[in-house]
Amino acid sequence: MTTELPTLPNPEITPSVAHFWEAAAEGKLDIRHCRSCGELHHYPRSFCPFCYSGDLDWQTMSGKGTIYSFSVMRRAPVPFAIAYVSLEEGPTILSHIVGIDLDDIAIGQKVQVAFADTQDNGPKVPVFEAAS
Amino acid sequence: MNIRGKAYVAGIAEHPVRKATDLSIMQIVSDLVTWALDDAGLEPEMVDGFFCDSEMPGLGVLSAAEYLGLNNLVHMDNTDPGGSAYPMHVSHAAQAIATGKCKVAVAVLAGRPRAAGKGADPVPDFGIPELAFEHPYSSMVLNQYAMVAMRHMHEFGLTSEQLAWVKVAASHHAQHNEHAMLRDLVTVEDVVNSPMISDPLHRLDCCVVSDGGGAVVVVAPEIAKSLKRPPVVVRGAGEAVKHLDGGRADLTYSAARKSGQIAFEEAGVTPADIKYASIYDSFTITVVQQLEDLGFCEPGKGGAFVADGNLIAGVGKLPVNTDGGGLCSNHPNNRGGMTKVLEAVRQLRGEAHPKVQVPNCDLAVAQAMGGWLGSRHASGTLILERE
Ligand SMILES: [Zn+2]
Repeated sequence: MTTELPTLPNPEITPSVAHFWEAAAEGKLDIRHCRSCGELHHYPRSFCPFCYSGDLDWQTMSGKGTIYSFSVMRRAPVPFAIAYVSLEEGPTILSHIVGIDLDDIAIGQKVQVAFADTQDNGPKVPVFEAAS
Repeated sequence: MNIRGKAYVAGIAEHPVRKATDLSIMQIVSDLVTWALDDAGLEPEMVDGFFCDSEMPGLGVLSAAEYLGLNNLVHMDNTDPGGSAYPMHVSHAAQAIATGKCKVAVAVLAGRPRAAGKGADPVPDFGIPELAFEHPYSSMVLNQYAMVAMRHMHEFGLTSEQLAWVKVAASHHAQHNEHAMLRDLVTVEDVVNSPMISDPLHRLDCCVVSDGGGAVVVVAPEIAKSLKRPPVVVRGAGEAVKHLDGGRADLTYSAARKSGQIAFEEAGVTPADIKYASIYDSFTITVVQQLEDLGFCEPGKGGAFVADGNLIAGVGKLPVNTDGGGLCSNHPNNRGGMTKVLEAVRQLRGEAHPKVQVPNCDLAVAQAMGGWLGSRHASGTLILERE
């Protein structure tokens, strides 16, 4: 059994990180980048949690990553796979694995970003599918 | 300055209710405070310190103080990192007593999520900064712990059978606890054959949802010496937090590594000295992770450590959760830290059930975890000694 691109609960968008969702709408995974210390961080803040600088921009990721850990929620009305995906560029982010048979998902698998719809025509959110 | 020897646990109470259909939260609170003070042999007028979590109805300490008719409070504390709050309350009470801020502190936990039909997850509160990046993925308590177990299996070879031993041990203890929710013995096969809920955690890897609560009375040494109960002294404590660190996630250890190190250092003892351990058991993996992090075994060796009955009183090397724990007895208000303190005190007093009482139990640890093991969580470690 696989999950196709699901319709997920709607995220609340706060103005300081609205760019994340605007980029996702264009099919880009943009992650917060600190221009002072050079580090990427996620979830996005309005300051850098590593050096406390407010001088931030966004960097577009390659969308490639590796499954760090996951769990298949078997008892959900529609079973799904939640996962931590370590991006090629560094940060590990929470997401879903889609399009892979739920019994074939494994830690270490290479994945790439896709974007799923959310309820009530909400903003698209990043999910991950098997790397091509 | 440290808190070693500066305060005593003088009274405890655990509510026998597991589904509080006809009890309000404040009734549970007043039952518990009454029983804990009775247990200590102290009067309500003497209570000058009060500790509770943020789920106390109304304005926390204020509402509780009024309901309980407490007029002499000069120290109060609402510290609340989830289920880890209660060993911290005992530690903070000891700190307050050591610095002369109060002499008789009461800490209480009460709730009725089961009667209210609520699950283990808090209702999403928009305004939480990570929520937009986690809520769409249905991140919840269960799968956050499951992902820690999955990584542990990948990294260290932990097996479902090893996890199951934690539940088996809890069931061996719970059969002797008349108030336990689940008193039937279970086997490793029962656990691994129970329905898979969130890979790799089965239904029987998960704790119960129960109502009720507990209370503990912490007093100054001069007061403890005037009481008739066996003296249980606070020997050391530690607390720590761990989180996703801006995306630098590491699910292979928990905040218990730091809180344990602090607590053992303050107490001047090592895990090898511990006769009994209360280890927060929201899920079987929670126990394995904390045992490693506290230093009862090497990192990654927790699965082997808990296997083959090693946590069963009278059978294994380290008796754990001899009341049946959260896995079988009680997990009041989805917060397991209070009952961890209570069973440690029973063991040190020699008042655990005779079938699970650890002989000559003079040193115990009460370890609790709050929040989500797979992301942001807090750990509270408390070391208690029978004098
Ligand atoms: Zn920075």
